[in-house]
Amino acid sequence: MSETHTHEHASPAADAPLGALAKRSVALHLLLVEKGLLCAADIHAKVEWIENISPATGARVVARCWTDEAFKQRLLADANAAAAECDVKVIIPLVAVENTDRVHNLIVCTLCSCYPRFLIGEPPAWYKSLEYRSRAVSDPRGVLREFGLEVDADTEVRVYDSSADMRYVVIPRRPPGSEGLSEEELAAFVTRDSMIGVALTLSPDEAARSSSPLD
Amino acid sequence: MPRTHDLGGLPAGAIDQAEHATEPWERDVFATVITSIFDAGLINLDELRRAIEDIPRDDYARLGYYERWTIALETLLIQKGVVTLAEIEEKLRAIDARGHVA
Amino acid sequence: MTGRYAAGATVQVRHGSMSGHYRTPAYVQGKIGSVVRLHGEFPNPESRAYGATGLPEQPLYMVRFRQHDLWGDYSGESADSVVIDLFEHWLAPAEEQDV
Repeated sequence: MSETHTHEHASPAADAPLGALAKRSVALHLLLVEKGLLCAADIHAKVEWIENISPATGARVVARCWTDEAFKQRLLADANAAAAECDVKVIIPLVAVENTDRVHNLIVCTLCSCYPRFLIGEPPAWYKSLEYRSRAVSDPRGVLREFGLEVDADTEVRVYDSSADMRYVVIPRRPPGSEGLSEEELAAFVTRDSMIGVALTLSPDEAARSSSPLD
Repeated sequence: MPRTHDLGGLPAGAIDQAEHATEPWERDVFATVITSIFDAGLINLDELRRAIEDIPRDDYARLGYYERWTIALETLLIQKGVVTLAEIEEKLRAIDARGHVA
Repeated sequence: MTGRYAAGATVQVRHGSMSGHYRTPAYVQGKIGSVVRLHGEFPNPESRAYGATGLPEQPLYMVRFRQHDLWGDYSGESADSVVIDLFEHWLAPAEEQDV
């Protein structure tokens, strides 16, 4: 089977460490396929998967929580089963945690950057940064402040460190002024960052002005 | 002192919030690793994490997320006798000689 | 499904060794927290990391720690907490350990 790639690659003269590892990864891919250990089609399918995942999936689940209290309770009790009701194929154990007027949740993986990609897309670069992984657990209010979010002193900031098999997602609070809207309209308020916990959802005004609900 | 990857609570500076699009080679590493784990059973996720954690501290700090994945994948494949360093280096020379990847 | 600890149990986290792979961060080692729930049983990453099966599966708990118990200089509010998933063999009843 012939194999075509459209990879970025280091020029032969490149000696910067960054380019060298990218090229090395390509070499590994080619060797594994040539040895018949991996199927090129399987790799390609996963590239397509990661290109197509997005926060819109999670936004849909959050919007349903806002309009269907019973669904929300099912999601909080067993996120995998409840997400399946929304046609979300949940491939690893998921736990949904709810922001309330008493608790604001923040998700991190201090040990390596685990993240619920299947639900909210690729993690932002900052989520994987050494700075976020270090400070989210010890200075969450400082981190939130950097992201422009000040949490009331009488609201608990609860940080979930994804240290094992479970992946965590935040159910952010429904914004004021969003009454009477459809689930599809509500989903537009739910951003990636609100499902990590570094931001609130967009307000109806912000959503109307925003060029993309995925910012 | 905590291990290299065990960062929770360490002093750190401001978080760079700039968005950085994932590059094609990075997505390909993700796909190759996930295929190696779930389709081929060559490695498992815990081995991947362990191999990342074994990266020397200075390298760990300066390398990007998917660069660490690349190093870990290579280390594991060599450990398991799936590929050899000589094969990798030969492949790199072939890539250089062609001037493109195909 | 039952584990050793019920929801609400006070537990202390053991200290780690310098060898091997494990998913218990240094910042919770030796600290006292409370069990929120038992997630279930999962393969042990500590042996899987070296190519073993990770079986038998081990009980995994969601454990909550008050920030002021984790950091001597925590600057936030007293209700703030960290929640983390820990395997049963990393936990001991709080009264059994020297504080």
